[in-house]
Amino acid sequence: MTAVLADRADPVGTPYDVEAIRRDFAVLSREVNGKPLVYLDSASSSHKPRQVLDAERQFVEQHYSNVHRGVHTLSQEATDAYEQARATVAAFIGARHDDVVFTKNVTESINLLAYSFGNAAPGSRFALGPGDEVVVTEMEHHSNLVPWQMLCQRTGATLKWFGLTDDGRLDLQAGVITERTKVVAFIHQSNLLGTVNDVAEIVRRAKQVGALTVLDAAQSVPHMPVDVTALDVDFLAFTGHKLLAPSGVGVLWGRGELLADLPPFMGGGSMIEVVEMATSTYAPPPERFEAGTPVISQAVALAAACDYLSAVGLDNVAAHEAALTARLLDGLRRIDGVRVIGPDSMDMRGSAVSFVVEGVHPHDVGQSLDDIGIAVRVGHHCAAPVVKRYGVPATTRASSYLYNTAAEIDVLLDGIEHVKRFWA
Amino acid sequence: MSEAVPDSMYQEIILDHYRNPHHKGLRDPFDVEVHHTNPTCGDEVTMRVRVHDNVVEDVSYDGQGCSISQASTSVMTDLVIGKQVDEALATSDVFLELMQSRGTMEPDEDVLEDGIAFAGVSRYPARVKCALLGWMAWKDATAQAVAKSTKETS
Repeated sequence: MTAVLADRADPVGTPYDVEAIRRDFAVLSREVNGKPLVYLDSASSSHKPRQVLDAERQFVEQHYSNVHRGVHTLSQEATDAYEQARATVAAFIGARHDDVVFTKNVTESINLLAYSFGNAAPGSRFALGPGDEVVVTEMEHHSNLVPWQMLCQRTGATLKWFGLTDDGRLDLQAGVITERTKVVAFIHQSNLLGTVNDVAEIVRRAKQVGALTVLDAAQSVPHMPVDVTALDVDFLAFTGHKLLAPSGVGVLWGRGELLADLPPFMGGGSMIEVVEMATSTYAPPPERFEAGTPVISQAVALAAACDYLSAVGLDNVAAHEAALTARLLDGLRRIDGVRVIGPDSMDMRGSAVSFVVEGVHPHDVGQSLDDIGIAVRVGHHCAAPVVKRYGVPATTRASSYLYNTAAEIDVLLDGIEHVKRFWA
Repeated sequence: MSEAVPDSMYQEIILDHYRNPHHKGLRDPFDVEVHHTNPTCGDEVTMRVRVHDNVVEDVSYDGQGCSISQASTSVMTDLVIGKQVDEALATSDVFLELMQSRGTMEPDEDVLEDGIAFAGVSRYPARVKCALLGWMAWKDATAQAVAKSTKETS
């Protein structure tokens, strides 16, 4: 069903052919405000290659029907495609087929967990109450912060967090994770700072006290090889739209034995076994967590996106982005009045680079860059506590992906000089 | 401004108000102080309003934000200070209408004075909230100040 890229993808050892990749993304050849588009906002949402759009279109035109419901041919083909998509996505992160739950996005994945924990019977390993603690970090995206605040408010549990160092790293001080900690939820790669966190160390501390670990992998799964077994976390969430797939489909992965014990979040069709007027019993995972008609064609498209990235190679993507990020950091260092918010070295860092231009508000930086065709994100990036921590109202963020070029980084650097002159 | 971009929202009037804002800084006396934020970008304004004999006697403010929010607040103080409350509110309605016009409204300079420079901003939906931050804070504070004075006199 998904396009084969063997004719185009680069075998290990040959140069990365970014121009060939760019030809798969039609939008990259358009102009904005009379200038070639320079899209450096993939941490917010990525563009979609022709192969992903073709896979979704072919599925809808030839095989579409509701899934898990009918006996007719289309129903069977659609169900097969949906479950094949689950298998592809599972393989992409080194997971078992039945441990992958399709959701709407990371926000829904985390809420699913937080509400399911809240629905757990007293005494269950998921149940929380007064005296229990949930640990997050100060660099969480709101999607991995607010659901835990709400769970703590509902259950009387206490929310604690690891703070940040001045250079944009987690301050993994002792005493945050304690014997009372039940859940440790943290971001793999910060969408604002670009920091890649030490998953192994945090998991080690969580395991010492028997706490469950939840990893927000929204910014890591699209950009680097991620294997849930190697990471050794209990739950992991990511979203399709940052990974070359359409918006509307996300993933929650959980350890099979945990998902098996976890009560449902939403009730309705598809998630049931036996329904009577007074009570119902629930299907095993993953269906237990997919109430209602799921996102069908978007899941198929997500699998095609995983295939596309696998064909290019996540190692190659990561190496390409690292070269672009190093070039950007180096260039920013040479511009007076520019301050990077986040790690200023390539050690344990991804491609999201936040910065402030002295004396120019990020909204004005972003608007002036848009005037010359450059798309960056401005604001608090759904991580308001982080900008507050670094004493700025907002930042400008440039984030690259597999389709960006060194020349585009140079256009951005020139653009920042232009912004400085305009606002001088 | 050394490199003007054609059709940019950044008109000279806006840049002037941004660099040299009018009536900025918190002052006494005042009836009501409010604090408004734009949650999408973190811009914020603290605003004080003094209403006396149904006239907007003073508006003072402090805050941080982009050029559009800061310049718009500066222009707003020019337009409302010294006016009858009803007249100032009517001006605010005209400015709101302009900002919601998506670039289709020809602004009346007699009514909006320097505010006409924001006509271009209305073509950028993401920035309309920036332009309205100070106005919304003023409307809120003025409504509270009027309610307070009505209560005191009744």
